[in-house]
Amino acid sequence: MSASTAPSSSTATRPKLSELFRAFVIISISGFGGALPWARRMIVEQRNWMTAEEFNEAFALSQFLPGPNVVNFSVVFGSRFGGAPGAAVALAGLMGPPLIIVTILAVLYARYGDVEALGRILTGITAAATGLLIAVVAKMATPLFRKRWDWAPLIAIAAFVGVAIMQWPLPLVFAVLAPISVACAWMTR
Amino acid sequence: MNDNPLIALAGYFALLSLFAVGGANAAIPEMHRIAVEVMHWMSDRQFADSFAISQVSPGPNIIIVTLIGYHVAGLAGAAVATAAMCGPTCVLAFLVARTWDRFKEARWRIAIQAGLVPVSLGLIAASAFVLARSADHNIYAAAITAITAIVGFATRINPLWIFAVGGALGLSGWL
Repeated sequence: MSASTAPSSSTATRPKLSELFRAFVIISISGFGGALPWARRMIVEQRNWMTAEEFNEAFALSQFLPGPNVVNFSVVFGSRFGGAPGAAVALAGLMGPPLIIVTILAVLYARYGDVEALGRILTGITAAATGLLIAVVAKMATPLFRKRWDWAPLIAIAAFVGVAIMQWPLPLVFAVLAPISVACAWMTR
Repeated sequence: MNDNPLIALAGYFALLSLFAVGGANAAIPEMHRIAVEVMHWMSDRQFADSFAISQVSPGPNIIIVTLIGYHVAGLAGAAVATAAMCGPTCVLAFLVARTWDRFKEARWRIAIQAGLVPVSLGLIAASAFVLARSADHNIYAAAITAITAIVGFATRINPLWIFAVGGALGLSGWL
């Protein structure tokens, strides 16, 4: 972070490169069925590297860049705390272990080629991963809904209804809601 | 496209990564179209199996491109596909993050950031909902989802053990 660090984050500790790498390795190898809940658990709850609000902001930014969200997040997070080396180290920690694991699985698959058992295991893991995602949504929503009821919760609910209930395409929902939401933020400040 | 499969892999995945707004799962249909229908790199079944393997592997789900690359051109294919899928967006993310942090106090930056957070949250909630509807097709699966949600929200217990229980129950055919 630059010299003009916001006071809200001055209490947060600043990770060393080796700690950054280790943290993203753990996020990565725990992250069955999506790494977001594990990233939040590590960064907000265990290491106190970011507040709940800072995490929401960094993840929202990562989500609206093209490409895999958590991969973007590792770069955004790593660069904020350690510049280019920080970004490289976080990315390597996130991608290294699963690359090795999945390559081993690919070799096994090429040899044995039957993944029916894998599909059954997957059903169980997905059920648990879904629960964890619900928990992380609830946690991420807390700072948003705790403030007085203004436009922000309404935008979140609209985005949810648009994609989950109405099943409109995600880029469309984003293209409509993001400008409205940013305009609301601009005017209410 | 070129005859060299490595160049084709690099080209397709680099392009796809820059248009994949919404993450790995949003890009799956397009990957399927390219790998199965356009390039005939793999069969429908092989694609579905690759998807299953990428889901049971820990780490980002985008790792499916590693499997597609491996299938097409071995270890070199795996490396090229992964680098192509992550490289361009990582450079972009780095540049945006730098710019973003430089304008920390700017009013437009604060407004965009504050505006993106609720949209982001709504979209994550939507993907949890969609996931729950497809995963919880019986009472046991729904129970696992509910227990994990409560443990994840209300306690600091590591939820990984519920994943193990879920995987074992799934393997035994209960779910």
